[in-house]
Amino acid sequence: MDSIISISGLSKTYASGFAALKGVDLDIRRGEIFALLGPNGAGKTTLISVVCGLVNASAGTVRVDGHDIVRDYRAARALIGLVPQELTTDAFETVWNTVSFSRGLFGKPPDPAYLEQLLKDLSLWAKKDAKLMMLSGGMKRRVLIAKALSHEPRILFLDEPTAGVDVELRRDMWQLVRRLRDSGVTVILTTHYIEEAEEMADRIGVIAKGALILVEDKAALMKKLGGKQLTLQLAAPLAQIPPALARYGLALGKGGGTLVYRYEAETEDNAIADLLQDLAAAGIAFADLHTTQRSLEEIFVSLVSEREPAGEGAR
Amino acid sequence: MNWHAVRAIYLFEMARTKRTLLQSVLAPVITTSLYFVVFGAAIGARIPEVEGVSYGAFIVPGLIMLNLLTQSVSNASFGIFFPKFSRTIYEILSAPVSHFEIVLSYVGAAATKAVILSLIILATATFFVPLRIEHPLWMVGFLLLTAVSFSLLGFILGIWADNFEKLQLVPLLIITPLTFLGGSFYSIDMLPAAWRTLSLFNPVVYLVSGFRWSFYGTADVAVGVSLAMTLLFLAVFVGVATWMLRTGYRLKP
Ligand SMILES: Nc1ncnc2c1ncn2[C@@H]1O[C@H](COP(=O)(O)OP(=O)(O)OP(=O)(O)O)[C@@H](O)[C@H]1O
Ligand SMILES: [Mg+2]
Repeated sequence: MDSIISISGLSKTYASGFAALKGVDLDIRRGEIFALLGPNGAGKTTLISVVCGLVNASAGTVRVDGHDIVRDYRAARALIGLVPQELTTDAFETVWNTVSFSRGLFGKPPDPAYLEQLLKDLSLWAKKDAKLMMLSGGMKRRVLIAKALSHEPRILFLDEPTAGVDVELRRDMWQLVRRLRDSGVTVILTTHYIEEAEEMADRIGVIAKGALILVEDKAALMKKLGGKQLTLQLAAPLAQIPPALARYGLALGKGGGTLVYRYEAETEDNAIADLLQDLAAAGIAFADLHTTQRSLEEIFVSLVSEREPAGEGAR
Repeated sequence: MNWHAVRAIYLFEMARTKRTLLQSVLAPVITTSLYFVVFGAAIGARIPEVEGVSYGAFIVPGLIMLNLLTQSVSNASFGIFFPKFSRTIYEILSAPVSHFEIVLSYVGAAATKAVILSLIILATATFFVPLRIEHPLWMVGFLLLTAVSFSLLGFILGIWADNFEKLQLVPLLIITPLTFLGGSFYSIDMLPAAWRTLSLFNPVVYLVSGFRWSFYGTADVAVGVSLAMTLLFLAVFVGVATWMLRTGYRLKP
């Protein structure tokens, strides 16, 4: 596997004594969109901050395209663009100046044509001479993205890019991220919106209380954990499941009033038809039925809450 | 060297001055002119010559030094404090720039401003008093060294300060008194012996003395000592600033 970022044994304990990261190992593949999910305070921003050089790690190493982020910080950082979680901009600067500044800061010679295209792509061109303090929050977010992309990075970190952003801008941003991925840029984003990860990511990592509790291909994750569920409202409550139906692994719910059947849509093609026939044969009538699919959100919530009691002891 | 970055930060800092041009240039010029009017013309006329120089002319190097010190410290401290305060510093910290490049650009910009301002004040002074500069090269040397050293001090202060109060209190409570007591307006030879000895612990004495020597050839302490002390300050401040950046003191949690 060709990984562009390798994180190993990364821990961060803040001066307050709080352990925000506990031995994180993570490899980001070249060219993928990686979504880092986790509740507030899980350590997402801390993880990104260590990689970008904003926070000193307490232990562990990070390599960016083979460059150690401490010893070889110049080469490592030149590859990275960071869009921070907070909207932090210089009030008095103009859009054009602040983006040009960023490009210079990252060691690139001026390239007005590139910056012009970048601002146009982000619908900022009309505002290029506007002072940053006069921009709306969504516009400022775009400016931060433009700054991060101003030096043509190979890796882009987006720390909650769509927090407090309207639907249109969110769509724009998703498009932008896909365009970037198509041009070979690796994108790592954190988000609370599961739909975002579900929609965009190639792989998903879930972090809780400073420990990575899961890293999976999104498709595999959805398949593995995202089975379907058929619920039958029975006409008359059942005391127990007839032996003839044992092979389906059914569960009785609501005092025998419902039957619940879990199955994988892809692997068990005729399962439902078979079940319904067997039910009829066993003389069980039902008044209603519905199927549900677990979303990533449910998977996520259940993963994180499973961790709650034992959380501290992770790893 | 990441020259693009040094240039970007330097120009950013210089542009900040341009936005506040009136405040950053006019204010010191007016204040200093008032000093000349009050001490040079009004009171100075009743003060006999000091070390063979009219009092009005005698205070010129001290006044320039006073401005140079306060401007260097305040420019540099604000320059680094503000991005820290507004959190825009994330970009500097995540950029492929070395500690040396960061210091060079911030301190360089602050020192440039302080030197330009000092030259403006020097020019202003010529309207009020007859001036002569016996050792121009030394004068420029002291000007630059002091500007760089105390811009470094300001840089250190800006990193250390975690609120606006501290940022302004240190110059007010330390730099200004030390400058006033450092022989800006008098020769420390005029002081009683005990005070004179005490004055030798005031670093500003060495700066003012050396600088005044470059004008009139008279000094409170030997010029070599002044130069050595200035270089010592420079070395100490370079050391502290390097340590701060290396450990991420108050910059990186
Ligand atoms: N400078 C700091 N000093 C002490 N503790 C900190 C510091 N920065 C963050 N923390 C703590 O570390 C933990 C992880 O914070 P982090 O910002 O990485 O979380 P996050 O996953 O990004 O959360 P969110 O979704 O709210 O952005 C939190 O409990 C936070 O309070
Ligand atoms: Mg965060």
